[in-house]
Amino acid sequence: MSPHSHDHAVDAHDGHEHHEHHDTFWTKYVFSQDHKMISKQFLVTAIIMAILAMVMSLIFRLQLGWPDQKFPIIEKLVGHWGKGGKLDPNFYLALVTIHGTIMVFFVLTGGLSGTFSNLLIPFQIGARDMASGFLNMLSYWFFFGSCAVMTASLFIEAGPASAGWTVYPPLSALPQAIPGSGLGMTLWLISMIMFIASALLGGINYVVTILNMRTKGMSMTRLPLTIWAFFITAILGILSFPVLVAAALLLLFDRSFGTSFYLSDIFINGAPLHHSGGSPILFQHLFWFLGHPEVYIVLLPALGLASEVISTQARKPIFGYKAMIGSMLVIAFLSFIVWGHHMFVTGMNPFLGSVFVFTTLLVAIPSAVKVFNYLATLWKANIVLSPAMLFAIGLVSFFISGGLTGIILGDSALDINLHDTYFVVAHFHIVMGSSAIFGMFAGVYHWFPRMYGRMMNKKLGYIHFWLTIVCVYGTFFPMHFVGLSGAPRRYYAYTAYEGFDAALNINALISVFAILGGLAQLIFVFNFFYSMYRGRKSVQNPWKSNTIEWTAPVEHIHGNWPGEIPTVYRWPYDYGKPNADDDFIPQTTPYSATTKSNLPGEV
Amino acid sequence: MSNHSTAASPSTSIWGGDVSPFKVSWGKLYMWIFLVSDAFTFSSLLIAYGAMRHRFTDIWPLPNEVFTHFPFVHGHMPLAYVGLMTFILIMSSVTMVLAVDAGHKFQKKAVEKWLVLTIIGGFMFLGSQAWEWYHFIHGSEKGAYVLADGRFGRTDDLEPGVLKFRDGSKVEGAEATELIATSKKNIIGANLEENEYGNTPLFANFFFFITGFHGFHVFSGVMINIITLALVSSGFNERKKDYELVEKVGLYWHFVDLVWVFVFTFFYLV
Repeated sequence: MSPHSHDHAVDAHDGHEHHEHHDTFWTKYVFSQDHKMISKQFLVTAIIMAILAMVMSLIFRLQLGWPDQKFPIIEKLVGHWGKGGKLDPNFYLALVTIHGTIMVFFVLTGGLSGTFSNLLIPFQIGARDMASGFLNMLSYWFFFGSCAVMTASLFIEAGPASAGWTVYPPLSALPQAIPGSGLGMTLWLISMIMFIASALLGGINYVVTILNMRTKGMSMTRLPLTIWAFFITAILGILSFPVLVAAALLLLFDRSFGTSFYLSDIFINGAPLHHSGGSPILFQHLFWFLGHPEVYIVLLPALGLASEVISTQARKPIFGYKAMIGSMLVIAFLSFIVWGHHMFVTGMNPFLGSVFVFTTLLVAIPSAVKVFNYLATLWKANIVLSPAMLFAIGLVSFFISGGLTGIILGDSALDINLHDTYFVVAHFHIVMGSSAIFGMFAGVYHWFPRMYGRMMNKKLGYIHFWLTIVCVYGTFFPMHFVGLSGAPRRYYAYTAYEGFDAALNINALISVFAILGGLAQLIFVFNFFYSMYRGRKSVQNPWKSNTIEWTAPVEHIHGNWPGEIPTVYRWPYDYGKPNADDDFIPQTTPYSATTKSNLPGEV
Repeated sequence: MSNHSTAASPSTSIWGGDVSPFKVSWGKLYMWIFLVSDAFTFSSLLIAYGAMRHRFTDIWPLPNEVFTHFPFVHGHMPLAYVGLMTFILIMSSVTMVLAVDAGHKFQKKAVEKWLVLTIIGGFMFLGSQAWEWYHFIHGSEKGAYVLADGRFGRTDDLEPGVLKFRDGSKVEGAEATELIATSKKNIIGANLEENEYGNTPLFANFFFFITGFHGFHVFSGVMINIITLALVSSGFNERKKDYELVEKVGLYWHFVDLVWVFVFTFFYLV
C-alpha cells in the first residue's frame, strides 16, 4: 500500500473553491462535475426516457386490449409502422423490446442509482463531492450517449431492436431473422456498451467515495441504509456488468463478423448458414449472470430509499438496522447464484435446476426479513403520511405481493408451466418494476427539497399516489390470470387462438388501467417541473430528519457545506427516542448533549 | 465489508470515518476495483471458452500442432515463440516494478528509463502477437481437407502428402492423394468462419476474440504508459511531489500481464 495518503475531502474542496469564480453555463449545467447537478441531470434524463417508454407501453396495450380496433392515434405516433391505425406486428416486438430496455436500464438502473447515489452519497456520508467529479461527469455523458443512441434507433428504416430486452440469439444475431435484428440491434448493442461504461464509471466512484470519504465519526454502522443500499448496488453492478460486456461483444461478433459463438446449424430460407458449433444457451448464461443481479441493482436502491423514508416519516428508528444491512448483503450474494432460474426450460439438467430452485427460494429469507422490518417499523408509529411515505409503503406492498409470485416462479416444477407467460410479466412488473419506481417516487418526493430547494405539491402527490397504486394493481393483478390461462408474452394478438378468448376481456381491462395509470403520471410530471420553479420554498430540514444532508444549506454550493464538514456522533435513526427533548436527534448531536435520553453504552 | 464495520467500535477504528480504511488514495482504490470488474469480463470469456472446448474435446485442435512457428527458423518448434512472447511481457512487468520503485524514490531519470523499457516490451509483445496472428491466419502450405466422408484431415509442411487426423491416425501415399482428390473442401489458414486447425470455427473464434481483447488491453496499456512517460518527463509528478500515477498505471500493466498468463494457459498449455 502507498505511503502517500491524501485528504481528499480537502483536495476536492480546494479544487472547487478554485473553480467557483468562473462557472460558465457549460460548466454549471452541461459538463458539470458537481454531484448535485449530475444527479439532476440523471433524474431529468430518466424522466424523459420513462415517458418515452411508457408511451410505448400504452401503444402496445392498445393493440393487446383491442386487437381488432384501429386507432388513428397510433398512426400519428409511429407513422408507417401504424398504417391506418393498425400497429405493425414487427413494430409491436420493437415496442416491447425498447420499452423493457429503457425501463430496466435507463430508468431503473441509470435513473435510480444515478440520481440518488449521486445526490445522497456525498451529502449523507459528509463529503464535499464524489471522489472523482470528472469520472462522474463522464458517467453521465456515457449514460446520455447511450440514451441518445437507443432513441435514435427508433428512427431508422428497419426499426429498432425487436428480439426482446433479453436479446436472445439466434433471433437477435441474424439480420435476416426479423427487421429489428438489422441496424437496430447493432445500435442496441452499442448503446448497451456505452451504458455499461457509464454504470462502471459511476459504480466504482460510488464505492470508492463511500469507502474513503466518510466524514469524521461516520463509521460503516452509522451510515444511513440508503448509503448501504447504493454501496451494495454499486458492487453488484461492478461485478455483473462486465459479464454483459462479454455477452454483448460476442453477440456483436456473431452478427457482424461471422463468428459462431451463439450460432449453430441454422437454415434461413432453405439455405444453410456457415455457422456451426456455437450455443445460444451460452448467451443466456452470460446474460443472466448479469441479468439476475440486475434485478437487485434495480431493487436495492429503492429499498434503501424506502428504509430512510419509512423510518423518518414513522418517527421511529428503523427496526433491525443491522439485519437490514445483513439481508441486503445476503440478497446481493445470492443474486449471483440464482441466474439459472431464468433458464429452467432450456434443457437444463433437472438436478442443476433443483439447485437453482434451492438458491432462488433462499432469497425469500432475507427478503422476508426486510419486509417484516418495514412492518415492525410502521407498527404503532406516529406515521406522517407524506406522499413519499405513501410511495414507500406502496413499495412494501408490491414487494410482498410480487414476492409471493416469485416463490411460485422460483420453483422449476411450476415455472416450466408458467415460463414466458403473462404470469412472469405480472410478477416482475410488480416486484421489480413497480416496487423500484415507487421507491424512486418516494425518493423524488422526499429529496426534492434537497435537490431544488423547493417542496413538491402535497395534494398533487396524494392524487398521483392513489391513482398510481390503483392502476398498477389494476394493470398487473389481472395479468396473473391471463398468464395462468397460458397466454404467452410477446404475442402480437391472441385472436387466432380460441383458448385465449376469455383472456381478451381481461386484456381490455388491463389496458384501461394502464392508460389511466399512464395519464396519472402526467400529474407527477407537472408537479415535478412546476415545483422546480414555483414550489413552496423549502426550509433546511423539512422532514425533521436526522441525516446530515439536511444540515447543509438549502442553496447548493460547491463543497456542500460552507465551513467544516459536520462530525457525526450517532446512527441516523434516533427518532422518537424515549426521554429525548425532541422526536428526532440529528447525527451531528453528540451524546454528551443528550444525557437524558442516552441508552446504556451511548457515550 | 460487514465484518469490518460491525467488529470495531467506530471512534477508534479505521472504519470510523475521516480516513481511508485501506490507507490508499481514491485513485488507487478506483483502479483496483476497476481491475476486479475487468477480471470478471476476462473470466466470463475464458469460462465460455472452457465450456465450448469441453463440448468439442474430440475435435478441438491441439495447441502444439497449431503454434509451431518461430521467426527466421524453418522447423517445427511448438509453443517456443509464445513462450518468448510471454517472457517479454513478464519482463515488461519487471521493468514496470522498477519504474514504480524509482518513483517512490523520486528518481525522475530512472522512472523514465524503466518506463521506456516497459513501453518497448509492450510494443514487442504486440508485434509478436501480430506475427502470431499472421501465421495463424496464413496457415500451412496445403492446409486441411474436409473429406468426402466428412472427416477432417490436416496436412503438415514437414510431411507433405500425409493426412493427419485428430484421433492420431494418419493416411499416406496414394490413399491420401485419392482422399484429397475427392475431398469436399480445402481450408488453408484461419478466419472467423473456418480454420484448418480443427473442424470447428469456435477454436479460431475464441482465439481471435480473447487474444484480440487482451491485445486491445495491452495496446491501451502501452498508450497509457506513453502518456505517463510524457507526464513524468514534463516534470508533472516532480512538481506534485507524487509519483502515484506511475503506481496506478503499473497496477493496470501488471493486471494485463496476469490476464495473459491465464490466456496463455487456456489456449496454449491446456
